[in-house]
Formats: sequence, C-alpha cells, structure tokens
Amino acid sequence: MIPPSAGDQTEMTKPEPSIQPQALNPAKPRSAHSGTGHGITLEKLNAYYGSQHAIKDVSIKFLANQVTALIGPSGSGKSTVVRCINRMHEEIPGARAEGRVLLDQEDVYGPKVDITAVRRVIGMVFQRPNPFPTMSIFDNVAAGLRLAGQRGNDMRERVHEAIRSVGLWDEVKDRLNSPGVGLSGGQQQRLCIARTVAVEPEVILMDEPASALDPISTLKIEELIDELKERYTIVIVTHNMQQAARVANSTVFMLDGEVIEHDETNKIFTNPSDERTERYVTGKFG
Amino acid sequence: MESSAAGAPHALLTAGPDARRRKAVNRFMEVVSTAAAVVAVAVLALVVISVVIKAAPAINLKFITSNPQVSPFGVNTGGIANSIVGSLILIGLATAMAVPVGILVAIYTTEFAGSRVSTTIRFALDILNGVPTIVTGVFVFGILVLGARQSGWAGAIALAIVELPIVARSAQEVLELVPNSLREAGLALGLRRWRIVLRIVLPTAVGGLITGSVLGVARVAGETAPLLLTSSVFSNLGVTTNPSQAMPNIPITIFTLSESAAPQDHAQAWAASLVLILFVLLLSVTARTFHERSRRRLRG
Repeated sequence: MIPPSAGDQTEMTKPEPSIQPQALNPAKPRSAHSGTGHGITLEKLNAYYGSQHAIKDVSIKFLANQVTALIGPSGSGKSTVVRCINRMHEEIPGARAEGRVLLDQEDVYGPKVDITAVRRVIGMVFQRPNPFPTMSIFDNVAAGLRLAGQRGNDMRERVHEAIRSVGLWDEVKDRLNSPGVGLSGGQQQRLCIARTVAVEPEVILMDEPASALDPISTLKIEELIDELKERYTIVIVTHNMQQAARVANSTVFMLDGEVIEHDETNKIFTNPSDERTERYVTGKFG
Repeated sequence: MESSAAGAPHALLTAGPDARRRKAVNRFMEVVSTAAAVVAVAVLALVVISVVIKAAPAINLKFITSNPQVSPFGVNTGGIANSIVGSLILIGLATAMAVPVGILVAIYTTEFAGSRVSTTIRFALDILNGVPTIVTGVFVFGILVLGARQSGWAGAIALAIVELPIVARSAQEVLELVPNSLREAGLALGLRRWRIVLRIVLPTAVGGLITGSVLGVARVAGETAPLLLTSSVFSNLGVTTNPSQAMPNIPITIFTLSESAAPQDHAQAWAASLVLILFVLLLSVTARTFHERSRRRLRG
C-alpha cells in the first residue's frame, strides 16, 4: 500500500478558478442528492486530430440525471465527442478542440478553468477496465481522493460507500487489501466505476463500458447505470444498439463526425426521422 | 484409405521433391542454430572455468580480507581488500550520480517531452552509450585531473558517464511498457501529471527500473579505461575511503598485477578476476529476479 506523502496538501487548498458551482468545491459535504443535477451542453463543437476534422459543428444537450447514448458506426466521432467533454481529447499530441462545452452555464474550455477540476467533476469510465495494478481494491477506489490530498476516516467512509454503490461490496468486503487486478473483468469494471464515483463527480462519461465484458457482467453494468442516473448525468457511447435501447433515456445518432438525429430512445429505434438513422438502426450498414 | 502400393501412404499425404528439399533445409538450419547456441555457452563456460582454475592457487579468505603487502622482492604477499573496498566506493558513487539522473531523464522523455525533443535525447543517449570508455576517461582526465591530481571523484564521475546512458535507455524502455490506459485513468480522475508519474507509473515500472540500474552497475563494475587515467596511481597500500585521492580498484589492480614479472602476482590477477566475475554474476542474477517480478506484475 502506497503511503500518502506529506506534500499532498497543496493541491487540496489551491483556490478553484472560474468554475464556481458548488459541485467543484471539494470541501462541501455532500448530502443525499436532491436530484438537481447538472447537464452538459455542446455548442458547435469541432475537434481535430492534426489536420483531420473529426467532429463537425456538434451541438447536443445532455439533460441532467438522464442517460444519453451516442450510437453510430465506427469512426463516426462518438468517442471523440465524449473525450472533448472532459478535455481528455487534448491529451493526444496534435489534437485540439474548438467550440463550447457547457457544464450548466460554465464553459469547461474557458480561459481560467482548471483542467483537473473539470475532470473531477466529469468522470470517465473506459472500454477496457484499467485498475491500477500496484494497488489493492481499497487503494484503487481511494486513488482519486488520496492522490489529490484527501485522507482520514472521511476518506475511508467515501471509499466504502463508493464500493457499495456499484454493488461490489458483498463480493470484496473481506478482501479490500487484495490486488485490484485479481478481480474478474466485470468486477474490475465495476471497481473502475467505484473509483470514478468516489471522487463524487456530477457527470459520468462511459466509453463503451461493457463491450469488453461477458453478457452477464454487461447486464450488471446496465443495471448499475440505471441506478447511477438517479445521482449523476450519464453519457454512454455504445456500439450495441440493444444496450442503448435498454439503458438510455435519449439517443444521439452520429455519422462521419456530425449529429444526424437526437431524440427519445424509443423514437430513434422505432420511428426515426432521418433516413440514415433508419438504415443504421435496422442494420443496413455500420 | 486408398494406397498406391502396399504400405505406402496416399499420394496426397506424402512430400513431393520440393517439400523434401525444404524439410532438409529446415533440419540444416536447426542444426546450425543449435551449434551456434552451444558455441556461445561454451565460450562462457571456457572463460569462467579458466579463471576459476588459474585463480585457485591464490583465492582464499586472506586474499579478500587483507591489504597488499609488498615483500622485499616486490611481490604482493597480501590480498586485495583495499581494491575491493575502493571499487565498491567508486561504483557506489557513480551509481548514486547516474541512476537518479538516468531515471529522471527517462521520465522526462516518456512523460513530459514532446516527441521531437524525446527523439533527440534518445539519440544523444545512444551516442553517449557508444563513446569508447577510454575517450570518457581522457575527457574526465582533461577536466578534473590535469592541473590537479587523480581522485576517486574523477574516477566515479567517469564511471557515472558510462553508466548514465545504460540506466536511462533501459528506464525509457520500461516506462514505455507501462500501458497508457493507466495514465488515462489517472488523468480522468483529475490527477496532475507528476502525481500520476510518481504514484501510478513509477510503482508499476519499478521492477524494470531496478533491473536497468543493476545492469548499469554490472557494466561499470569492470570498466578499466575510465579509471586508467583518473584513479590508477594509488598513493598507499591500505584501505582508502577518501574519494579526493585516487582509490585502489579491482580492474586497475588486475592490470598492474598482470604486468608484474612474478608468477605469484599473476595468480593474484586471476583471483581478482574471479572476484570481479562473481560480483558481476551476482548483480546479473539479481537483475533477472527483479525482471521476472516486474513482468509478472505488468501481466497481472
């Protein structure tokens, strides 16, 4: 177990720049969610990999406390959109984004915004489970807190709560100190979700979270998503249309970097307005 | 099953002339490569066995624990304790300089630098790695010894220059093996880069980093040329721990003992060589053990 180092305090007490909503103040205690969540609005978002124009004038409203799915064929830009929301896109050398991404009314690309604060408020779960191999189950879930300077009993409580909230508690409560990588694939993914929710974000982005898992684990993740939306706003990228139909309140269909259609999930799958959407959901391509 | 003649397999199942030739070539290559492997191992065995046999007359506990005593006829009747201690100090100082710098350089190029800067540094390190160690020795001689005098510091610095690119390049390789998904996971949690490097990347890579460092130490343990001009004229025959004077060391001692006219000195040279080989062997085995551990962890 890696001991926290003495110099960690500086990051906790650094004043947060322009994003002021309560959620970004790490000192504020969180009572039970009142249901007033935070939505994300994309306004004319463009993203580039070098000279390649991957996302073109994308504008989407992701409603608070709902699950929105992004579907579309490979290369349509779904993952890129999601990575622009928590500013992971710009970590790729040569990549850049233009446009606005609003968390409620604040643009996360604003000039005085602290990028690590953005990522604490907007969490992300990846396609392949990626628990930290040198850390135990407990340390993995605590990583987001501990490595940002938190410690003590309050942290232990938050870690236990996070593990409970993803339905992993009964399976791991007796072995919190065993290596995180010793779990099965589905458990590892739930561990990663617990790690994300321990930081208490407002929004959770999921990039094909179940595509590397077996069908039973996939179902468990989908049930979890359904519970999580009570407390978080969720955006999920998925290749699996049945999954979108099961899990999402509304669905966005993307093609070649553009939004083709965005509507209630039911409508997208039974009576889409655009012909290209219809061809995709009926399996004629993609 | 049809057969064209009694006992012969079906035409489809036999090898045609082409296939028979390829089979022969295959067998030939197997034999040749096995022979090459045998030769390589045999050479190692030959070297080790010769050293052991020739060192036998002189190797004993007294040899390792006592200092040289020059008899009235100019023969060393003591041991090489001072050289052992001197070598350990020189290697220790060199490693204390080379390993932290090497690992930090590797962290810089893999975690923070842009790809052009990173490539340039890699290139520079590869060139430094290829600089003949005698050139390094002359360089340090010109800067630190000329106008002053030989010292353990000069010797240690010369060794550190040789050790640095080995540690740095192997650390780079190991850090690059750490899956990027771990860094992404850290970034997505809102952690700062240094925090991610220190608490996630380095612990994951630590086995390989140790391996690279130990290999660096093993390499400089036997380097003679850097010490030839910087720490080869020892002013006394006892154990020295002060690096501001030239320090006795095993490679130079082997050299001087080999040049002596007395056969007893030659036996001592062989014995010193055996000590050196055993030291390097111990380090290599340690490096392998850490390598296995780190591979298991990354796979886990």
